[in-house]
Amino acid sequence: MTDLTRLTAAELAATVASGESSAVEVTQAHLDRIAAVDTAVHAFLHVEADGALAAAKAVDERRARGEPLSPLAGVPLALKDVFTTADMPTTCGSKILDGWRPPYDATVTRLLREAGIVILGKTNLDEFAMGSSTENSAFGPTHNPWDLGRIPGGSGGGSSAALASYQAALAIGTDTGGSIRQPAAVTGTVGVKPTYGGVSRYGLVACASSLDQGGPCARTVLDAALLHEVIAGHDPMDATSIDRPVPAVVAAARRGAGGDLAGLRIGIVREFAGEGYQAGVLARFRGAVELLDELGAEVAEVSCPSFTYGLPAYYLILPSEVSSNLARFDGMRYGLRVGDEGARSAEEVMSLTRGKGFGAEAKRRIMLGTYALSSGYYEAYYGQAQKVRTLISRDFERAFQTVDVLVSPTTPTTAFPIGERADDPLAMYMADLCTIPSNLAGNAAASFPCGLADEDGLPVGLQVMAPVLADDRLYLVGAALEHAVVERWGGPLLSRAPELEVVA
Amino acid sequence: MTVTTQRLPTLAEAVARYDPVLGLEVHVELGTVTKMFCGCSTTFGAEPNSQVCPVCLGLPGSLPVLNRVAVESAIRLGLALNCTIASWCRFARKNYFYPDMPKNFQISQYDEPIAYNGWLDVVYEGVTYRIGVTRAHLEEDTGKSVHVGGATGRIHGASHALLDYNRSGIPLIEIVSKPILVPPAIAPAVGRAYVTELRMLIRALGISPARMELGQLRCDANVSLKPSGATEFGTRTETKNVNSLRSVERAISYEIRRQAAVLSEGGRVVQETRHWHEDTGETTAGRSKEQAEDYRYFPEPDLVPLAPSPEWVESLRATLPESPVARRARLQREWRLSDLEMRDVLNAGAVDLVAATVDAGSDPAGAKKWWLGQIARAANERGVDLEQVGISPSDVAQVQALVAAGTLNDRLARQVIDGVLAGEGTPDEVVAARGLAAVSDDAALLTAVDEAIAAMPDVAAKVRAGKLAAVGALVGAVMKATRGQADAARVRELTLQRLTGPAA
Repeated sequence: MTDLTRLTAAELAATVASGESSAVEVTQAHLDRIAAVDTAVHAFLHVEADGALAAAKAVDERRARGEPLSPLAGVPLALKDVFTTADMPTTCGSKILDGWRPPYDATVTRLLREAGIVILGKTNLDEFAMGSSTENSAFGPTHNPWDLGRIPGGSGGGSSAALASYQAALAIGTDTGGSIRQPAAVTGTVGVKPTYGGVSRYGLVACASSLDQGGPCARTVLDAALLHEVIAGHDPMDATSIDRPVPAVVAAARRGAGGDLAGLRIGIVREFAGEGYQAGVLARFRGAVELLDELGAEVAEVSCPSFTYGLPAYYLILPSEVSSNLARFDGMRYGLRVGDEGARSAEEVMSLTRGKGFGAEAKRRIMLGTYALSSGYYEAYYGQAQKVRTLISRDFERAFQTVDVLVSPTTPTTAFPIGERADDPLAMYMADLCTIPSNLAGNAAASFPCGLADEDGLPVGLQVMAPVLADDRLYLVGAALEHAVVERWGGPLLSRAPELEVVA
Repeated sequence: MTVTTQRLPTLAEAVARYDPVLGLEVHVELGTVTKMFCGCSTTFGAEPNSQVCPVCLGLPGSLPVLNRVAVESAIRLGLALNCTIASWCRFARKNYFYPDMPKNFQISQYDEPIAYNGWLDVVYEGVTYRIGVTRAHLEEDTGKSVHVGGATGRIHGASHALLDYNRSGIPLIEIVSKPILVPPAIAPAVGRAYVTELRMLIRALGISPARMELGQLRCDANVSLKPSGATEFGTRTETKNVNSLRSVERAISYEIRRQAAVLSEGGRVVQETRHWHEDTGETTAGRSKEQAEDYRYFPEPDLVPLAPSPEWVESLRATLPESPVARRARLQREWRLSDLEMRDVLNAGAVDLVAATVDAGSDPAGAKKWWLGQIARAANERGVDLEQVGISPSDVAQVQALVAAGTLNDRLARQVIDGVLAGEGTPDEVVAARGLAAVSDDAALLTAVDEAIAAMPDVAAKVRAGKLAAVGALVGAVMKATRGQADAARVRELTLQRLTGPAA
């Protein structure tokens, strides 16, 4: 019998639609897989088995009545625990939201439900999506299925690990500085950050509002594209949501799978190489570019000099917004409350609650941002960083006059051991060096598996960056690369991952 | 430095040595159907926390979406105040912690207000003063804290606080005046006239009912003194909680006198927030502003910039009502008042009330008589504005209609007004409850007349003999019998008819 957890989302949807397997069977197979491996991986913070089975049953009933099913109906999904869900807790990986049950569904949550996608549960993340390793979760780290001693990336390590360990066929991530792409790269999965405004942020608990973007995570490019079309589109509840047609990403993924990139102009970002980049990462990156070249693409080197300043600018803008966005967690209305014994003022309770409820990285960024926004420093920090942001956007615009997409390694290294960078925030921040510019500029970007590094045998990701609202180009390139890689290796990259020990 | 009331100079003494400089900040709650950033109702007086949603509760993940009507109101007010309307502006976050502010930041406008650099002409004692307007900007209101357990409803002595978020997110416009420098002796009165004029303008625009007693229009008064003739401004205080027109004048006057006392004793005015106390007529020190609070303003990333097109602005200009000055000129003509009479109406803050009473069916002379006479005296005795005294324009119109119909004579009408002011109900209810209807039923009167004639045959004989003056005794008897509720003129007419036959 087929192991349903090894099928792609597209295959699972077809299986359910044809009646070969029921959605309930598909969901149960994934719940069983979670029970078998998630003790070791710790991808999930919350598994909602009853809710998932009920959603699956509803899909089966719809099919039985002969009603049309949406393209991903019955496919199980892992939702990053930073989207609100009316039937599940939402923790954002933080103790400060202890006990909070949101009274409403995020727009993304609602769209998933309406599409008949089965939400298995909520996945682990760095606290309030701040980190590159999932070690900043208040509920303990997630482990990389390729090597349980290593990080699965972050902040969306729970979502990427759930995919790489076959606990879910689809996942949702959020990307503020690389939190979809970097976890995808280090787990050998696909992660796409759509154009800012492409996917509604309503119900996505904000890290940095001007940078956050929800997006699809999957094991194949087509699956990611199918999920992208479910969650994307204009939302009147989000003022920054773009009121334009969703780029035709599924069509682009199908076209790319044909393996023909003739005429496509690809630019290699010159600034993203050299010191700090692992040799095996650069080798696989060059190999991927060669493959794209063989598929007919025209490859050139492009300079984006302002990208070098992306990281420092990001670490002023992000904490500034964080310091304001996280102000509401004060113990007054929901979540954790500390010190309310009747004798303390509201101010004292707020202070004690925040002191106890936030982890070290959240506090670090709140303090950095509070300082950067303070009177007398605003221009020197926040103001200057916004200027850099403009320069980075201009670098992108200039580059996209000569090329259709830009490429770089997704992250400078493969997955590092858990604990290695925990006490060195600057080293941790370097993981997002290549991904940050697209958050600052708001354009579309993605990470696709492009091989294993020679020195450690761990996955390497190729980052593809496309202009604003040209998300379809990501899928064209990603699908072509996937096609070439599968041909070359005789199977997807993930098939080379070690099998996890299964708990009976 | 504490200065006791006993030692305060009079206003005349204070302004003999010092020139006051005023700055008035007026907050207006817009009368939109829904809140500033969500679809919740703005109806006043609803059950606490019944008009809330994830957005105005600032729940994690929620996002603001701008209310178009609120923007229209701000643009229309800006145009009516002769302001420049920004072609591009943004909202900003004002960050500070307070339990009644669910996000711990307020969405406001900082250095990019929607309307700026205008003026409002204010007439006082027949002289026009042009008051500069620095800016008018949009912001959201906060929730309301109710301190429980103390004697005064204030924070001191309270055992706990209750929070009502119905007001949270109601749109506000803040109008900031330029420094107001008018003849010192009339500064408090001109301050009041400015707020009165602004309120009339806001009502004429239909953007808010602007009822101060409901907090729909709130005034913060900045006052500073400088030695007579000096050019450099002194240290200012900001007096809050000024919730009636009368209080505007009194609070300014008190602050001028208090500061004059401090300065003349060689003291230093402390830059601080002060609270106005309606009951004692004094201000007391609040929060010190010596260490200016740092609100860490930055552009609100959840909202897109606001760029009203010139076409939109012009189409809104076309909806402006006639200017208050033109309106008053028209009303004066329609009401057939002399300049002096109209000035009295204006100084009494009664233009809108008289107009509304006339609109409700009263004749102008009657409406003016009641508002500037008996009702004004009652308001004065109670220390409240005309609007807060407890009688509405439609009540007054109803009384006047009863007078016109002969149901009430002047004396009875005054009693009805007293009854309404005492909270006994509508005029009809007061008439019924107090049994005040003038006896206008001729049949009833004739019975009384006949009884009087029968009781005083000698007087009747004199009248019949042509001594018409003697009829007074009979009329007096009838009036006594009807406890003064008859129309004396009609009684006289009927008595004469009875005794001398129908008038020829």
